[in-house]
Amino acid sequence: MITTVISKSPPSESAIIETQGLSIRFGRQIVLHQITLSIPRGQTVAIIGESGCGKTMLLKSLVGLLPATEGSVRFDGCDLKSLSEQELTKLRRRFGFVFQNAALFDSMSIQQNIAFPLDQHGVPSGATAQSLIEQRLMEVGLPTNVLTKRPSQLSGGMRKRVGLARALILQPELLLYDEPTTGLDPIMSDVINELILRSQRRYSVTSIVVTHDMHSARKIADRVIMLYPYSRLLPGESQVLFDGAPEQLEESKDRRVRQFVRGEAGERLMELLSSSNMSHVDETPRLHETIARREAE
Amino acid sequence: MGSIRKTARDSLAGRLSIGFSKVANAWGSVVIQGINTLGDISLFAWRMFLWMVSAKPRSGTLMPNFYAVGVLSLPVVALTGTFIGMVLALQSYHQFKTMGLESKLGAVITMSLVRELGPVLAATMLAGRVGSAMAAVIGTMRVTEQIDALVAMGANPIHYLVVPRFLACVLLIPALTIMADFMGIVGGYFFSVIVFGIDHAQYLKNSRDFVGGFDFFTGIFKSVFFGAIIAIVSCYRGFHCQAGAEGVGRAATSAFVESFVMILAMDIVLNMFLDGVHSTFWPTSGSKLL
Repeated sequence: MITTVISKSPPSESAIIETQGLSIRFGRQIVLHQITLSIPRGQTVAIIGESGCGKTMLLKSLVGLLPATEGSVRFDGCDLKSLSEQELTKLRRRFGFVFQNAALFDSMSIQQNIAFPLDQHGVPSGATAQSLIEQRLMEVGLPTNVLTKRPSQLSGGMRKRVGLARALILQPELLLYDEPTTGLDPIMSDVINELILRSQRRYSVTSIVVTHDMHSARKIADRVIMLYPYSRLLPGESQVLFDGAPEQLEESKDRRVRQFVRGEAGERLMELLSSSNMSHVDETPRLHETIARREAE
Repeated sequence: MGSIRKTARDSLAGRLSIGFSKVANAWGSVVIQGINTLGDISLFAWRMFLWMVSAKPRSGTLMPNFYAVGVLSLPVVALTGTFIGMVLALQSYHQFKTMGLESKLGAVITMSLVRELGPVLAATMLAGRVGSAMAAVIGTMRVTEQIDALVAMGANPIHYLVVPRFLACVLLIPALTIMADFMGIVGGYFFSVIVFGIDHAQYLKNSRDFVGGFDFFTGIFKSVFFGAIIAIVSCYRGFHCQAGAEGVGRAATSAFVESFVMILAMDIVLNMFLDGVHSTFWPTSGSKLL
């Protein structure tokens, strides 16, 4: 059904969201350090990087789910830090967020889940709201009979599509996806990719997609940003290792970018093994000794 | 020889000193952590209060919580109340009989139930049945990013999740306390009059004469504070749940244990306060049992 490949939209130059020297720390642990980004309206950006490098933290800080320790996030020129809780709530009407595991409310039916943003922002429930819900459901390729079901009755792929329908219900200007294809089979992953492209074209929405899936990143993104864990950076290095078009990834001068894109462990395996050897003494010889002694006894 | 003994004494003293500092350090950490948690809970309660007075909760969130707290807790509170009344009669009867005071049993049972056992029992059952569930539900929502989803969609999680639970606990715990009192009195009456054969009229007369309106008020008044503690501590534990199944389990356990400890501590404080109020306004009446 959803198989046509849709061309990527050309980015416009005015920035919808910007970060300036954004840092996030938890105690002594630095997750993000001095991240400065500008994302133009209409662009689809893929944020890639290995696990634990702060991709999801960056995504959550962009919508104020996680307050910045230092620096600022500006949405449409408006500094999120300067907004009151009420103002921020109102601003969030312009965002849509697709969570990693969909984050559907267990206690509600699918209908109530999709209608939740409408309800929160004062859209009266009625025929218009109902047709809107059904329209969004159709757009993500789900039948209307799922509306009465509970999230636990749906498969992972269906839940993600409901999550997408819920994020799209208010026609947001900025849509954020946290690992939308993780845990799905290749076919369903591609369905989600196509849906992201369709939503982008239909609603001219700016999309930021956190992903590990390079196929997905290449297919949907106009621009790829690669983050690297702060703890493993060389002194003075930026946490953003790559910022450019997906086609330029392979030609990157940085070996770490090329390795990530190709999915090569390289020296990373040796690093992991040596760090675990440093912290643990190998107990195997002592174990063998004990077993031999017990057997002798 | 002497130098060996001196070294041994020194090393023993050193070990003791290290041991003592370790214990002091551990207790210090516990105290600091306890004060931090108490401060955090107070701030959490203040934020909840601000949301409660600034925005009306939706009936869609209120009614399911009223049902879970009030209707579903009623049978278990009634059942435990009945048993407590019976046990109280069983334990007190023989002791009072040796003093020839068995006819006063009605007064003792009713007084104990309406002032102490009714509200504490209702609160304990509520903390176990509803408080742990609140912590587990909110904790699961935290670890599965449902709370982040609420925020991302423009809902405030304190207003959406905590305020309805708080209102349900505070407004319905008096009804549960009255039920626990009533069933306890029924259980106590049954054991005293039917099983032990105490005179029916004497039992009721003593209950009426010795237990006053202030005693009933004391129990109901205290229960409101207990309900508030259950809701705030349980929701706080859910909000600060650690990741994984173990984190959710720990949040549910902490919610019950901490609520229970705080209920008992609050019980002492409120009893002192209410005794003070009673002796200020009715200085001559004293306790009717004496």
